[in-house]
Amino acid sequence: MIAARKLGRTFGVKHVIRDLDLDVERGSFLLLTGPNGSGKTTLLRLIAGLLVPTAGELDVDVRRERIGFLGHEPLVYRELTALENLDLYGRLYRVPERRERIGMLLERFGLWDARNQRADSFSRGMLQRLALCRTLLHDPELLVLDEPFSALDEEGASLLDRELVELRANATFVVSTHDPARLEPLASQRLAFV
Amino acid sequence: MSAYLADVATLARKDLRLELRARSVVPAMLLFVVAALVVFHFALPSGSSELAAKGLLWVAIVFTALLGLTRAFVAEREQRLLDGLLLAPCDRSAIWLAKAVSMLGFLVVAELVALPAFALFFSGIDGATVAGVVLADLGICAVGTVLAAMAVAGRARELLLPLLFLPLAIPIVIGGVGASVVDEPARYLGFLALYDAVFAIISWASFEYVVTE
Repeated sequence: MIAARKLGRTFGVKHVIRDLDLDVERGSFLLLTGPNGSGKTTLLRLIAGLLVPTAGELDVDVRRERIGFLGHEPLVYRELTALENLDLYGRLYRVPERRERIGMLLERFGLWDARNQRADSFSRGMLQRLALCRTLLHDPELLVLDEPFSALDEEGASLLDRELVELRANATFVVSTHDPARLEPLASQRLAFV
Repeated sequence: MSAYLADVATLARKDLRLELRARSVVPAMLLFVVAALVVFHFALPSGSSELAAKGLLWVAIVFTALLGLTRAFVAEREQRLLDGLLLAPCDRSAIWLAKAVSMLGFLVVAELVALPAFALFFSGIDGATVAGVVLADLGICAVGTVLAAMAVAGRARELLLPLLFLPLAIPIVIGGVGASVVDEPARYLGFLALYDAVFAIISWASFEYVVTE
């Protein structure tokens, strides 16, 4: 599903990723670990199509509408409500039975009661839950998750654990984390950045 | 085509809703254009020609548009929301077109106040001037939106947008002032329409490359 050959990405004169070879099969779970600034986020953004490589080749064999990306920012408009944000993305991704799907995700991530609140009134943890709803809204085939547990409280983290286990059978994952022990049981491939 | 237009409508509706909630663009544009016309009213010596006043109207319009354009991608910049839009499967030019449409709406609102204010302070507005303003608005929003997206990626974004936009706005000012002051404005209106068509196509085609990192 993902094939990288001699992949490189520079920002100015700084080489963030250099000569990376990588193969991720459909249904795999690739766990990325490494210190801050080692290139994990850059690789995730390259796979999601938010960056273009400056060297080598990267082939991601998934249509754009089947990729779910969770980054450091929740990618939701703070002036819009949770419902309005998900409706916006639902329309852009042409999610079938959009309202039902949005309602189900908001329920599942414990945001139903806050659905008509503006996102700027949300705590960091609630924003992360909303971001997870946005990421899963269109039932993606490839999930690209950058430190998905950040800002989640224990309840939210357990919720995400259950969600990942459930999705594991049907989706391909590329996930970066600073807490590899949590995701180790799910992982089928590991890549450590230094 | 209908899917493309549906995406444009969804994104433009989002921009209008954000403006209704935050009120960060239109009130600033309204205050600026009225304040500029008041300043021009006192700056222009009494007995000055109508031609000079029409020129100042175009200065006010261009700088009011510039003020709005500096705010065009603020939400997308501050919260990296452009990533969210780029990830969506819609054609990336739909993002440009939706933003240009919403900017056009904001500019038209500002002009609905500016043109009567100009008539009050200086002289009446004729049909050719209104036609020139409408055509100029299209060009300003088409070019300005793609430049605003370009500037938003840079560090000195507040500096970059005027430096990029004002040189490209010179033909708009030439066409607009020409249409406002000559007896036969058709040539200038045609020039503005040509400018709109050429720059709309260039902006539409180049937006994807502007937002790709």
